[in-house]
Amino acid sequence: MKYIDEFRDGDVARGIAARIRAEAQPERRYSLMEFCGGHTHAISRYGIKDLLPPNVEMIHGPGCPVCVLPIGRIDNAIALGRDHGAIVCTYADTMRVPASDGLSLMKAKARGADIRMVYSAADAIRIAQENPAKPVVFFAIGFETTTPPTAIVIRQAKALGLTNFSVFCNHVLTPAAITHILESPEVRELGIVPLDGFIGPAHVSTVIGSQPYEYFAEEYQRPVVIAGFEPLDVMQAILMLVRQLNDGRAEVENEFTRAVTRQGNEKAKSLVAEVFELRPSFEWRGLGEVPYSALRIKPEYAEFDAERRFGITYRSVPDNKACECGAILRGVKKPVDCKLFGTVCTPENPMGSCMVSSEGACAAHYSYGRFKDIEVRAA
Amino acid sequence: MTKVRSDYIRPVDFKNGRVDMTHGGGGRAMAQLIEELFARAFANEWLAQGNDNALFSVPGGRMVMATDSHVVSPLEFPGGDIGCLAVHGTINDVAMSGAHPLYLAAGFILEEGFPLASLKRIVESMAAAARDAGVPIVTGDTKVVEQGKGDGVFITTTGIGVVPPGVEISGDRARPGDAVLVSGTIGDHGVAIMSLRENLTFETTIRSDTAALHGLVASMVASVPTIRCLRDPTRGGLGTTLNEFARQSGVGMLIHEAKIPVRAEVSAACEFLGLDPLYVANEGKLIAICSPEDAPRLLDTMRAHPQGTDAAIIGEVVADSHCFVQMETSFGGRRVVDWLTGEQLPRIC
Repeated sequence: MKYIDEFRDGDVARGIAARIRAEAQPERRYSLMEFCGGHTHAISRYGIKDLLPPNVEMIHGPGCPVCVLPIGRIDNAIALGRDHGAIVCTYADTMRVPASDGLSLMKAKARGADIRMVYSAADAIRIAQENPAKPVVFFAIGFETTTPPTAIVIRQAKALGLTNFSVFCNHVLTPAAITHILESPEVRELGIVPLDGFIGPAHVSTVIGSQPYEYFAEEYQRPVVIAGFEPLDVMQAILMLVRQLNDGRAEVENEFTRAVTRQGNEKAKSLVAEVFELRPSFEWRGLGEVPYSALRIKPEYAEFDAERRFGITYRSVPDNKACECGAILRGVKKPVDCKLFGTVCTPENPMGSCMVSSEGACAAHYSYGRFKDIEVRAA
Repeated sequence: MTKVRSDYIRPVDFKNGRVDMTHGGGGRAMAQLIEELFARAFANEWLAQGNDNALFSVPGGRMVMATDSHVVSPLEFPGGDIGCLAVHGTINDVAMSGAHPLYLAAGFILEEGFPLASLKRIVESMAAAARDAGVPIVTGDTKVVEQGKGDGVFITTTGIGVVPPGVEISGDRARPGDAVLVSGTIGDHGVAIMSLRENLTFETTIRSDTAALHGLVASMVASVPTIRCLRDPTRGGLGTTLNEFARQSGVGMLIHEAKIPVRAEVSAACEFLGLDPLYVANEGKLIAICSPEDAPRLLDTMRAHPQGTDAAIIGEVVADSHCFVQMETSFGGRRVVDWLTGEQLPRIC
């Protein structure tokens, strides 16, 4: 496949791996966090860890949109379908996230709620047009990548004069989450999480650009390398981070120059600014309340805001006590450190959100890497 | 005086007519539909007898029986429809024992309001598939459910066949060291169906690979009678079928990504849909496991058959008490190929 195979070439990968091994200083450790779930998935799916020397360690970050959605917000979405009779449209992975009372959107669907999986926000508009007698709510989740399409459908709904369409907005912001991790006591004071550098988001950065990360590099003295989601992108970014750390540099470098500029996509950013505004605070699963870390719909578009239209009130619901998703999302623990991992919590019956999406740290490790935890006898 | 024509019955309106509740009521309308559609299309001596069952003799030996329900949506797709799929699916399930399939039975659940023209197209496609395969549909059943209680048509087929002496094919017979073969490109059926789905329409030239594989199986069994495992990787795809073999046989597998045949169009579609071709359904492919000594001969036999031109040896069976299927990625790492989680695509067959 043209433009894809070039970024998955095994020979090139072995070449980069050899350079990482040669340049990583044996006496030091390199603890690198990949913020995005897309990178977590690539690392697991392509077996990238097998190509790295033991002192270069990858820590999974919280950049999986489904994983950071707190239970209370899923409960709200279920209530929209169950109690308000709305058709709730959502992206696929969201369907399986466990909510209160043993429910999920998938299970609410089996109990009669009209929940529909969509591939794009535009599909929700079409469903609203086809069902004029029913309220249709788009359950919008995701980081900066999925925010512009939501802004577009809200504007479109206004232009079309759609009265039965609204959006339950749960869009969150990457820079706020990174700051939160760097400010956490585990990283700052206790040193429990050694965080030497970041692989910066791919698709998020195509929208917001590389400029927002300059603050972290400067303020917290951590190098950031923005990388694409292909495995060679990740390998190259790791090499660039090793080099920065060896040189004592803490800069923002851009490996993903084929898609990311310093300023990002101005058009998308202005669309988002037109429709959304900052929430003073938003609860993230694992991170808790994070100030100015999410978006809500501006008053000018209030008629399309499901929270206003249906009077949704948010109630925080604690995770299962034994579930370590919170610590895993902060990089404090690994999936195998959780007692539930692979026993009561599996992709079929996820207890925590990290086991739901293929971008979640637990699901990625369970699906692609768990044979490494136990000895396998060769033939 | 007007003469009453007792020999004339107005034929079923296959142009503009629709299925109604009387077509399943057991009365004259049902009898007429069966006669003018099913019996005429499937035409064989057993149906002509007009009994509720089919009576036939079978050669001695071990018989094999398989059943499969088909609920695919949409009913017609590039490369096939629910009719031929229902014939191929069951023939393949019978054939994967190494058997020669003999007879099929078919049960139809029709939804009130379903256009008779569509039903006729589907039944005729089914008849053609059975004729091409040389496996007659000898008995059947028709029921009608109220509008909204079905989705056009659901078809269940059951097949029987006879296994030649000396052939012992079963999913629990894989042994460490054995070779794993696939008969051709994977993922074609799933992508063909997906390209038509509501919310997802995209243009592709991919056609479903739906096909009856008993001819390919017969030549494989003739060439290597000691084949250990055969299965057609339908729902859940190659990845799931390998996990089934691994669990049944209590072994592990190691496959090589670079050796697995996948069409460029299928890779591309999977790439933008976020799917893994390893889990996408097939309807005209099989996976075979045989001893390493037999593998080159089996591969040559498969490649010599029109349904196996793209066949490949994709990996080997290994000893592993955890029954993991592992894959050497083209990138150079290794990962688990796990059971499919959840449902990748509902109503694929």
